[in-house]
Amino acid sequence: MPIDITMPALSPTMETGTLAKWLVKVGDAVKSGDILCEIETDKATMEVESIDEGTVAELLVADGTEDIKVGAVIARLSGEGEAAVSATAGASAPLPPAGGVGGGVATAASLVSEPPPPAAAAAPTPPAASSVDTPPPTSPASGRGETGTEGDATRINASPLARRLAAAANLDLATLVGSGPHGRIVKADVDAAAAATSAHQPVAAVTHTGSAPVAGVVAQAAAGPVAAMSASVPPAGVPMAAVKLSNMRRTIARRLAESKATVPHFYLTVDIRLDALLKLRGELNKSLEAIGIRLSVNDLLIKALGGALIRVPEANVQFAGDTLYKFSRVDVSVAVAIPGGLITPVIVDVAGKRLSVIASEMKDLAARAKDGKLLPEEYQGGTASISNLGMFGIKQFDAVINPPQGLILAVGAGEPRPYVVDDALAISTIMSATGSFDHRAIDGAVGAQFMSAFKALVENPLGMLA
Amino acid sequence: MSERFDLAILGSGPGGYVAAIRASQLGLKVAIVERERLGGICLNWGCIPTKALLRTSEIYHYMQHADAYGLSASNVSFDLAKVVDRSRKIAGQLNAGVKSLMKKHKIVVIEGDGRLTGATQLSVKTGDRERVLDAANVIIATGARARDLPCTPADGKRIWTYRHAMVPPEMPTKLLVIGSGAIGIEFASFYSDMGAEVTVVEMVDRVLPIEDADVSAHMSKALTKQGMTLVTGAKVSGVVAGRDGVTATITTTDGQAKTASYSHIIVAIGIIANLEGVGLEALGVKVERGHIAVDPWGATNVAGLWAIGDVTGAPWLAHKASHEGIVAVEKIAGLDPHPFTINNIPGCTYSRPQVASVGLTEASARAAGHLVKVGKFPFIGNGKAIALGEADGFVKTIFDAATGELLGAHMIGAEVTELIQGYVIARQLETTEADLIDTVFPHPTLSEMMHEGVLDAYARAIHF
Repeated sequence: MPIDITMPALSPTMETGTLAKWLVKVGDAVKSGDILCEIETDKATMEVESIDEGTVAELLVADGTEDIKVGAVIARLSGEGEAAVSATAGASAPLPPAGGVGGGVATAASLVSEPPPPAAAAAPTPPAASSVDTPPPTSPASGRGETGTEGDATRINASPLARRLAAAANLDLATLVGSGPHGRIVKADVDAAAAATSAHQPVAAVTHTGSAPVAGVVAQAAAGPVAAMSASVPPAGVPMAAVKLSNMRRTIARRLAESKATVPHFYLTVDIRLDALLKLRGELNKSLEAIGIRLSVNDLLIKALGGALIRVPEANVQFAGDTLYKFSRVDVSVAVAIPGGLITPVIVDVAGKRLSVIASEMKDLAARAKDGKLLPEEYQGGTASISNLGMFGIKQFDAVINPPQGLILAVGAGEPRPYVVDDALAISTIMSATGSFDHRAIDGAVGAQFMSAFKALVENPLGMLA
Repeated sequence: MSERFDLAILGSGPGGYVAAIRASQLGLKVAIVERERLGGICLNWGCIPTKALLRTSEIYHYMQHADAYGLSASNVSFDLAKVVDRSRKIAGQLNAGVKSLMKKHKIVVIEGDGRLTGATQLSVKTGDRERVLDAANVIIATGARARDLPCTPADGKRIWTYRHAMVPPEMPTKLLVIGSGAIGIEFASFYSDMGAEVTVVEMVDRVLPIEDADVSAHMSKALTKQGMTLVTGAKVSGVVAGRDGVTATITTTDGQAKTASYSHIIVAIGIIANLEGVGLEALGVKVERGHIAVDPWGATNVAGLWAIGDVTGAPWLAHKASHEGIVAVEKIAGLDPHPFTINNIPGCTYSRPQVASVGLTEASARAAGHLVKVGKFPFIGNGKAIALGEADGFVKTIFDAATGELLGAHMIGAEVTELIQGYVIARQLETTEADLIDTVFPHPTLSEMMHEGVLDAYARAIHF
């Protein structure tokens, strides 16, 4: 009896993933623990181990196939002693071409009658659908055996109610994945897509786990918003390369566009004297040298951000439609630049952690972030973010809020500047920090209190050790 | 020595036997365990034999009113034993039918008392013999039984449950029916049409309390006109059975108590899930409010153990059990079945007049926050209904004003139980008012009222 290998859920909220690369080929013998393939979620690439033993009978999706639904069969193993023959069902499910876009994109492109835009609007789902619907060999009588492809490739299979709801919600049916019979788009699919795109409702996190409603970079099926970003036409005659967006790029594009479009940002900037903090850091690092830990300025700023949010809890909040979530713990998402994008690993309970713990966690998270090895749980969530571009000599900048969070702190370079100390002009190490706030959740005065608490902690850093 | 199966099913009612057939179709090796008769309550002691009785009372009613159709029939009477015998024969025929279906699908039928001795192991006792079944998966489909009055349990002599009421040894002269759900109303209708003086007592303020309030009101009028006494907002206490009858005290919510004598009482105050003796406790199977807790596919909290039908909760309907059985089996077989929407399960009452409904009532739709459009069309506006001599009743539709979703449909009158599926399909396919308005209904049929009921919600009804 062949063993089905299915798309694993690499995090509680993962719905689809990209098969980055197969590490086995048909005919290979695998045993439990062998690495089968690499799966790319929106921000991380993870290796998938085999749980079963057998011979690879067939690979049902090609390298690079995107938007494969969790649970879809991606490969089959034949058990011990069985010949590695292709199951009959496989014959009718040819490998989608590498790149994984199949006929759907061609259709979309011909409709637009323009060169395929860089952001090939939400990649349609035929590859995923065909692997999902491939019936397991034991069940020839499945009612949903066929793929969703109809004779007329442009016809969208959707219920009348779903069509009407999608029109009302301004959703393009072509971007939705149908859960009904033969991939029919039904009311539930439109409702889910509408909920996912609407404002800051942390829908996925709440419905999946019922846990704290902090959704970080949640992998949603490529629905409305990406498509909503109209594909632009490149200027004629300019030499260029059209690079297909990675999942991470798409997620960044979608979420930050959504943030700027829907979150009323306001910004507050303070100049902060760093001298005391730098002095304390030097002393602490001397005493931590023995255990091999070195605090960065950023580690101290993370800690100060946590302390400030504990002192001004009204700023440790999240807007959610008709509800405001008020958090009593500070989890800080730290923006880390990685090849091709950025990611925000989360340090949990910053206020409750010693500086040395924050420093060692941050070192580990940043290193694994750069290797693309973070677990989704490690970069999802967070109640506030910090982004530091000081190392590039940036004096001051305004960051885009990382939804659904309520604030992000943008930190510039600490540099010697003329500064008035005790009514006299002196030279101090000064850093500008700018908070971006979601005005729906945080008002100006509260934001100002928070900035002032942050400044006070950095200028009197012993306060964050207390 | 244990016997090995892919799937073992405990209980062969409309949930269990349908699940067994679907499993066999999917290539599973299936055993089904039944302690009484194949087919369970539904076709032995429920749905089917009562429909046989109600057909008798319906024809009897027509014969008594033959002159309304230009016919004459004198000395119309009945032989109760023959009436019951017909009902039992029909039950027997269907029981044999299920047996042959099991045989056709090579399903191993084991008669005896089954008990879980592990999450996926059943021990079945047949007399002194004991068989052990080891299965990859087990489905519990043990159903439910009638709830007794707390004060006086049914004795089958003067105090009946449905089970006694469908095999009456004598005709009640003065009958008290406690409970006005589908079962209570069907028996009240049967015995009233057969000539008994019938009183129905209901605890809440209307009969058929789960139906739309308009349906309850119409039913109340119709039954009262037929000569029944309906007492709503009332409780029954002090039931005392004597040799020739039974006395009962009916207390209304305003505190007034009346004691009267009846020849018989039928208790139809709900059901209790059959959870005892199944072996659930030892496995730690989660039970909530008297029913086994399951996920949308029927999985319990114990791996490999599933539950379907009445043991898992309302609505307590055969077709709900059957569908749950199919969903659970397909999930077990590794398919990707849709869990079904509870609002798409139709409910039917086979009294005279009949009642059928699907989806939300007007009150529950409004309570859920929908702005609604309501359509209503009376039987008196339908030519076929008048020709049938059945001009009493109506069709009511409830649409979401914003989306045109058919939220609910409610019908009372002749043959509506055969009509409701049209609206069920409409709901399942998520049609809007536009599709229903564009659909052509055949003339002359009662189904035209379903069209008119939709049209009326949009102020477009033609014949009224």
